[in-house]
Amino acid sequence: MDLQIALLLGQDGIVNGAIYALLALALVLVFAVTRIIFIPQGEFVAFGALTLASFQVGRVPGTLWLLVGLGVLVAVVEIGIATRNGTLRRLVSALTWNVAYPAVAAIIILLGEPGTWPLVVQVAAALALVVPLGPMVYRLVYQPLQSASVLVLLIVSVAVHLALVGLGLLFFGAEGSRTTPFSDARLDVGGVVVTGQALWVVGASAVLIVVLYVFFERSLWGKALRATAINRTGARLMGISTTQAGKLSFALAAAIGAASGILIAPITTVYYDTGFMIGLKGFVGAIVGGLASYPVAAGGAVLVGLLESYSSFWASAFKEVIVFTVIIPVLVWRSLTTRHVEEEE
Amino acid sequence: MKLKPVAAGLIAAFAVSFAYADINVGVTVSATGPAASLGIPEKNTFALMPTTIAGQKINYIILDDASDTTSAVKNIRKFVTEDKVDVVVGSTITPNSLAMIDVAAEAETPMISMAASSRIVDTSNPKVKWVFKTPQNDVQMSSAIVESMLANKVQTVGFIGFADAYGEGWYNEFSKIAEARNLKIVASERYNRGDTSVTGQVLKIMAARPDAVLVAGAGTPAALPQKTLKERGYSGLYYQTHGVANKDFIRVCGADCEGTLLPAGPVLVAAQLPDSNPIKKVAMDYTNKYEATYGKGTTSTFGAHAADAVNLLAHAIPVALKTAKPGTKEFRAALRDAIEGLKDVTNAHGIVNMSPTDHLGFDQRSRVMVKIESGAWKLQ
Repeated sequence: MDLQIALLLGQDGIVNGAIYALLALALVLVFAVTRIIFIPQGEFVAFGALTLASFQVGRVPGTLWLLVGLGVLVAVVEIGIATRNGTLRRLVSALTWNVAYPAVAAIIILLGEPGTWPLVVQVAAALALVVPLGPMVYRLVYQPLQSASVLVLLIVSVAVHLALVGLGLLFFGAEGSRTTPFSDARLDVGGVVVTGQALWVVGASAVLIVVLYVFFERSLWGKALRATAINRTGARLMGISTTQAGKLSFALAAAIGAASGILIAPITTVYYDTGFMIGLKGFVGAIVGGLASYPVAAGGAVLVGLLESYSSFWASAFKEVIVFTVIIPVLVWRSLTTRHVEEEE
Repeated sequence: MKLKPVAAGLIAAFAVSFAYADINVGVTVSATGPAASLGIPEKNTFALMPTTIAGQKINYIILDDASDTTSAVKNIRKFVTEDKVDVVVGSTITPNSLAMIDVAAEAETPMISMAASSRIVDTSNPKVKWVFKTPQNDVQMSSAIVESMLANKVQTVGFIGFADAYGEGWYNEFSKIAEARNLKIVASERYNRGDTSVTGQVLKIMAARPDAVLVAGAGTPAALPQKTLKERGYSGLYYQTHGVANKDFIRVCGADCEGTLLPAGPVLVAAQLPDSNPIKKVAMDYTNKYEATYGKGTTSTFGAHAADAVNLLAHAIPVALKTAKPGTKEFRAALRDAIEGLKDVTNAHGIVNMSPTDHLGFDQRSRVMVKIESGAWKLQ
């Protein structure tokens, strides 16, 4: 192994690590706010990437029908509640988001020709289709279980994951897809070729992380999410709706997932079930951060990316073994150094 | 009142079990899970298969095993105990097929696998008496690759394959033949089907400077190593296995796969075969039938394995009917004997000559070398 190979592997590890870091942040966010270990996080990666790929080959992505279908289900639930309680105002807002919005999206995509749109518009359209799925899943599946135990929420997450993977196979088929790169540029940095797409991934991840930081530190919504994460009961007493906080965190998680998928689709082949593995590696990063600390989780995720890259050079057959075995010493170290406080549930 | 549906159900159940003149074929395919890209065309193929053979009605009972060994065994158990099938077809992949052998032998029901490994029809195992298969053995495909490499004056080879039974099976067969023919394997790497990057493996292969690289993967996941090699500027020869012989592979790999060589069943390039080749007619019939239903350019070699299995049955069932009635133990034994006795049956993948020691029955005519040229398969 000479210096050039080491640099190339390092570059590859950082690019993958940046994606894992984004997913680790989303996992920490969802867990902190709602206590849900969000296993379906990876599915949003696949949905984002494959929705964009469908646009590029001029097909109507199946996620559009998922959006319409989930929207109708949410609307039925909301109408049921509204007729019982007589709360009309909330119903109007719910119908706007869950019926009118998917309907408009469907009309635009079915009448327009997504294959001919410029890349930026395609990316925006893919995000517009996938991101609302997050809050809808929360409304349908998790909101009725808000006060359930972490274990119940985990089991439900496994079910949602399996359902979404199955839908992914139905929508996109068994074979993978790639999308056109954002940039064909190739830079020569000290004898190491860096592709434009790799810079895009690292750059976009960094920007997203900064945006998230500003969101949590400066905006009212971000502060509400943090308050909910620190103390749910306290936050509710201060007038913060934990339901809204849950929906918002799911929207953010879906947005981060879909954006990650769109970023990696040009550099690797994405399959309907690719997201799970990427999500798991993000999860390893999140575990390093104890599912609580954002910077440590992001650092852990980059470490996973680097470890993966170098172990694929030295012992490619054992790569996954090495990456997932890292959890064990980390858990041992964490259980020895942190004092565990039994949370009231 | 409540008894009515129960009674109706009982009558229906008896009606089914007394309709023994029908021949029941239990089919288990991996239409979901990691092998879905192979299982889906197989499942599609059964919808096009004849529903009467030699005047007997054929019922295909199709179940999905989700590429999972346990489900495959569950399916075949259901076939032999509940459905009382006369023959089982499946499964799509090697681990599932291997696990099903025990049940087939125990129930004395013939089974035709659609998976690749030669271990499925290793006749030194007495249970394999009941088991046949339609896809070519890896060893036949490996020898085709080695011959092509030698013809292209390749001396050193880099190998990168799936970190599963498919990649290992290929490595074992390929390394054996390569060694015998003085072809040196200078790098041997593994990757996972869902990996998002193979830079590490590719750099290691390139550091060993092989004359050619063999990628042992199936379907679109086999495109990633080749695309990474191209991106890093590897300029040697590229070889793939017959696992990539579908349209999606070319779609995903694009221009990076131009000039790639691979062995495949003749059905892949049916239209380019010489008219004198008897396989051409059978292969074209299948291709035309499949594309008429599922669209142009959708045929893959995997679906043809399913069609070949039914073709074997179409030749064996008339023979078996002479000695026994469908639905009986005697019929299953007669059907097994009939399949083992098949000679010169033309399948879409080759000419079959079964024998007690060869439950595949293919010879050199079952594979061709193919090159990818301007986004299409070109017979070499």
